[in-house]
Amino acid sequence: MSDRSDVIFVYDGSFDGIMCCIFYCYYEKTMPSDIRPSDEEQLMLGAYIDIITDCEKAERVRSAIKTKLGEDFLKIVQRLSLSFEEDRELLILKFVILGFKYGRRVLSRLADNTVNRVMKVESYVAKEAHLSLEFLRFSDYGGVLVAVIEPKNTVLPLIADHFADRLRPERFMIFDKNHKMAVIHEPGRTEIIYIDSLDLPRASEEERKFRALWRSFYNIIGIKERYNPRCRMNHCPKRYWGNMTEFNDDEDNYSDKPSLSEGVLLSDDVISSADMLSESSISSESSTEV
Amino acid sequence: MELIEKLEILGDSAKYDAACTSSGVDRRGRNDGGIGNSYACGICHSFAADGRCISLLKVLMTNSCIYNCKYCINRTDNDIPRARFTPEELADITINFYRRNYIEGLFLSSAVIRNPDYTCEQMIECLALLRNKYRFNGYIHAKAIPGADSELISRLGMYADRISVNIELPSQQSLERLAPDKSRSSIFLPMGHITAKIQQNSTEIVKYRHADKFAPAGQSTQMIIGATEDTDYQIIRLSEALYNKYSLKRVFFSAYVPVGDSRVLPDENTPPPLLREHRLYQADWLLRFYGYRADELLDEKHQSFDPLLDPKCNWAVNHPELFPVEINKAPYETLLRVPGIGVKSANRICTARREAKLRFEDLKKLGVVVKRAQYFITCMGRQQQGLIITEAAVMRQLMSASTVRKLDGMQSMEQLSFFDEKSAAPTLEDYRKCLTGQM
Ligand code: SF4
Repeated sequence: MSDRSDVIFVYDGSFDGIMCCIFYCYYEKTMPSDIRPSDEEQLMLGAYIDIITDCEKAERVRSAIKTKLGEDFLKIVQRLSLSFEEDRELLILKFVILGFKYGRRVLSRLADNTVNRVMKVESYVAKEAHLSLEFLRFSDYGGVLVAVIEPKNTVLPLIADHFADRLRPERFMIFDKNHKMAVIHEPGRTEIIYIDSLDLPRASEEERKFRALWRSFYNIIGIKERYNPRCRMNHCPKRYWGNMTEFNDDEDNYSDKPSLSEGVLLSDDVISSADMLSESSISSESSTEV
Repeated sequence: MELIEKLEILGDSAKYDAACTSSGVDRRGRNDGGIGNSYACGICHSFAADGRCISLLKVLMTNSCIYNCKYCINRTDNDIPRARFTPEELADITINFYRRNYIEGLFLSSAVIRNPDYTCEQMIECLALLRNKYRFNGYIHAKAIPGADSELISRLGMYADRISVNIELPSQQSLERLAPDKSRSSIFLPMGHITAKIQQNSTEIVKYRHADKFAPAGQSTQMIIGATEDTDYQIIRLSEALYNKYSLKRVFFSAYVPVGDSRVLPDENTPPPLLREHRLYQADWLLRFYGYRADELLDEKHQSFDPLLDPKCNWAVNHPELFPVEINKAPYETLLRVPGIGVKSANRICTARREAKLRFEDLKKLGVVVKRAQYFITCMGRQQQGLIITEAAVMRQLMSASTVRKLDGMQSMEQLSFFDEKSAAPTLEDYRKCLTGQM
């Protein structure tokens, strides 16, 4: 394969498009220096090659990955494609090349730089998907539940099933404001659609009642003698607060508002044993690596 | 009384219970018109200002109590506002919170109103509403009321995913002194009953529509730390026995917040012993996931954990004869005992070394905390290059960042003569006191 490091692939931003970049790389023996989605402004110097998405070619790459490298490998590739990391496409290409070189065992080469980065990016996507399960908040608008989220990664495909299963008999919508897409669900049917914006009506009395109940529960449940805002921030980063009921008053436009906490002081005083109690830290190594 | 006021009173009274986990059971949603499912790993939904996770709606059915446990905020002779939910009110709040993704479910406990049986019946009524009327399929943790009829506890366990009986005070003496209405047997009897039920359940399938199993997520308990003289050693010995004998899923520790009767308990200015609680959780971790035994961590002569070092580092520096270990050869169990290597990184090492020999540069990528591990390991027979091994340097690397920050705040490390008890500078004892908040 000739490594023409000045060549940049431009593709349509879809998963099939990435598969076609891989196809082109192998069949034209051209290794790009970068792969960029076409909706981005192209400012870099160098030769661009437009990669046309062709479902048939995409399918050939996909099934080659599946048969030679396994379902798990393909799943990882799919999750990588949901990442917001700038180099995600190139990372996928390098990872697939490495896969075809070493076979399935490539997944065990954890100390290899590419594999290591793949695992990190993948776990970052998975982590954000998990945080969305935790911090997403629905409001009831006349029987339809609506939530707004603003994730960095495209997490909707990873969280849709969870809510469709949990809230089977309900009708709901989860709107991802950053990626302009939404999951909509009604009993027996769940779909991902693309929408630009969402105007929400004023919340009903009933809805406001439950928000107020939740806020007062939230405020009462913290133990003041254990006050530890630093630990809270570690587990619940501030960028989620804007869409969380407990951090917002009802007079605010639900998600456009800056979070309340701007003035909160960081305190180092308390050693965060609260870390050990929380569910998420139990699975995360950092706080429990003893 | 307004609902919001009730919720505040009954949440306030429940908040000293440490358990708020929704873990231990995997259950998909059902097509019976109800909502809910459950994940074995548990899901947190928020974090309170104290940094603790909020996973469940944690409330009491009522905080009116006929008993007078001295450590408890709800004791009869404490002058606080009292409230009581009706089963309907609580079921309605639970469902509405759950639909909005505020919570994973309900953690229901109660003070003892009228008598233990009546209290338990009230709780059962609420859970029955949730499971039968609303067909709620989310997580429920229920507290068994000591002294209630075992038949009632069985019914409670049929609706709940997890059931707990709080030991609260680790020894008979403390219990006699501070909880005169409870006996040790009123705690261990239901605990034994629940254990037996859970085991019996795994052999015979009990058919209940809402939940097919008795407390499928198992049993947990809690102990209060720092209200009594009970030592760390007693506490982890008891935890170990509970894991082994009663097959408990979790033992929680709750640093005592001075809400009790100050004539017999630490007064209101005593800060909760958070560092001690933290050490106990670390030790608990070592028992459950790292293969340590309680008597490896502490013994008759050493009854308390070191405030400066976590229990695992402490164990390692006291066993220099077992180190260093070779990263490319040591079995998984041995890797787990190296400070700076956890369950995940030990697993990754075992996976990665099958493909290629590991060097020091690789370890960070695998999640090893190299600054700690370096003193205890070799890679391909060699120690980390340029490693300086002095006691002060090693200690500094082994202590947690927050401990180091505190020490630095008092005095720079260079001036600190750690192991010289006669030193005129602040002694080790002083640092300990400073860290444990006694100074
Ligand atoms: S029985 Fe004791 S511990 Fe339980 S609520 Fe009553 S006073 Fe508190």
